[in-house]
Amino acid sequence: MTADALSNPKAGLAPEEAIDEISAEKRRVRRCWQLLSPALITIGVFGCLPLVIALIYSFLEPATYGGVVWNFSTDAYVQLLFDRDIFDDSLIFNPAYLEIFSRSFLLALFTMAVSLLIGFPTAYYMATRPPSQRDLWVFLITIPFWTNLLIRTFSMQLIIRDEGLINVLLMDWGLIEKPLELIYTDFAVALGLLYSYLPFMVLPIYAALERVDFRLVEAGFDLYANRFKVLKRIIVPLAMPGIIAGCILVLIPALGAYITPVLLGGGKELMIGNLIAQQFGSSRNWPLGSAAAMVLLAMVLLALVIYVKVTGRRGGPAHG
Amino acid sequence: MAEQVLKAGKALDLKYQPGFNIVTFACLVMLYAPIAVLVFFSFNANRSVTLWTEFSLDWYASALANENIRGAAWVSLEVALFATVCSTMIATAAALATTRTRPFSGITAAYMTINLPLMVPEIVTGIATLAFFALMGNVLGFTFGEANLMIAHTVFCIPFAYLPIRARLENMDLTLEQAAADLYATPWRIFRRVTLPLLMPGIIAGAMLAFIVSLDDLIITILVARPGQTTLPIFILGQIRRGVTPEVNAVSTILLGVSVLFVTLFFLIRRHDKGRG
Repeated sequence: MTADALSNPKAGLAPEEAIDEISAEKRRVRRCWQLLSPALITIGVFGCLPLVIALIYSFLEPATYGGVVWNFSTDAYVQLLFDRDIFDDSLIFNPAYLEIFSRSFLLALFTMAVSLLIGFPTAYYMATRPPSQRDLWVFLITIPFWTNLLIRTFSMQLIIRDEGLINVLLMDWGLIEKPLELIYTDFAVALGLLYSYLPFMVLPIYAALERVDFRLVEAGFDLYANRFKVLKRIIVPLAMPGIIAGCILVLIPALGAYITPVLLGGGKELMIGNLIAQQFGSSRNWPLGSAAAMVLLAMVLLALVIYVKVTGRRGGPAHG
Repeated sequence: MAEQVLKAGKALDLKYQPGFNIVTFACLVMLYAPIAVLVFFSFNANRSVTLWTEFSLDWYASALANENIRGAAWVSLEVALFATVCSTMIATAAALATTRTRPFSGITAAYMTINLPLMVPEIVTGIATLAFFALMGNVLGFTFGEANLMIAHTVFCIPFAYLPIRARLENMDLTLEQAAADLYATPWRIFRRVTLPLLMPGIIAGAMLAFIVSLDDLIITILVARPGQTTLPIFILGQIRRGVTPEVNAVSTILLGVSVLFVTLFFLIRRHDKGRG
């Protein structure tokens, strides 16, 4: 094929053939959209439209017994930061909700950092096993990824509660007099989040490390780098797309965590997820719950945009 | 040959990083120890979930005899089967449209829509779906009744079913289909007799992922479910809140067993594929 034909596949065709080609192309694209339509309609109607409705709800007034009154109002967003004085309608700064947001963000960041510290060495160890063993390692990390989060969190509760395994063993051995206060603390929530989302960190880093060409490491050693320097200057930069993907994959679900704070935080150390659920449950303030959900969604989208920007600049694929 | 020997001799040395094996071991202990404790004590004769007395299957017997548990299992199974069948069919069509084709305008938007349920936090999806169904009920006077849950599950199962099917399609070679076309098979016949059988492992893998994702879901379910519509995870959460009995451990172990079984099958199918390809 000539360079001209390569750049324009229709160049070599007679006019009628070219027209046939174009209509075939049109038919092909139409067929693709037909095949896509069930997925796009289902997700569009029952996935996207509800998000739009939640956005609208966040600008309405709450009805007394749940639901909304159709009056435009930005009160829900104002309420996230301020209390309205009952007497003179003035706004008083109230950091209660802001604290829930910042706590969620800090807990999620902490979870992300610790899971990176544990996940990277694990992924590296997996990727440096002989190829025949690697499938088994991926399998071992994947199993918790697909098992029920509620049950996993519950099993963590069995370990760290006052009469749980850790406390019972420590007391049996006479190391402590009374149970350590592990459960229903921020520590317990952080531990639970780490335990829940650790596989999300390991798997993408492993995928990146598996492709690393270790001849580069050999070259590094030849140039008198030590093990740490090789790790820092060669392996970590090569694994960076996986590291970023892992961080995002841990950060997003950790931000919206619901079960972990309920079972391990005892419901007193709230996170955003609990705040949202509470507003749709006992508090019956749907606009406030929707507003909190929209702020959470905005945080997640921001993380995703940063991810696309960072990986895009590195020339990596945006998805897949 | 010489290069191979050199590689084998140096491999351990080159790739070794001190302490990484200990971290890996700690990571596995952390991931598995709590689950192991839960499973272990589900076989305990005693009521205690931390003090071992003797082996017994009593808690499994009482769990299986419990009407509430059987009812919840039935609801879970109904919803999961419906969501699996619908989402797998929808995902198969979508995968056929988005692979082995020259990119067309709008394909990126289509990808993003299909993967949307993976990106939005579950709690947000849950309240949005709840608000949506409430609005439909109030304004249009139209409800899906108990099908609410099935529809909600179908939506978030689609991307899980889609990914393995797409992966399978991308690795399938086109020559068999071209051969069928050369032998004057109609497009529908090619699809039925060549494409679909070749694609089957991907479809089964996708269906299995969709099934366990639906079976395990709690947050969206708890928000969208109608009163009295209790799935197994909702039932287990209620029991945990009320105080722990080994019966919960037994139910949980069964549910874990189902997930592990399906993930194992998923891996075996994938490995079989890789071995052939």
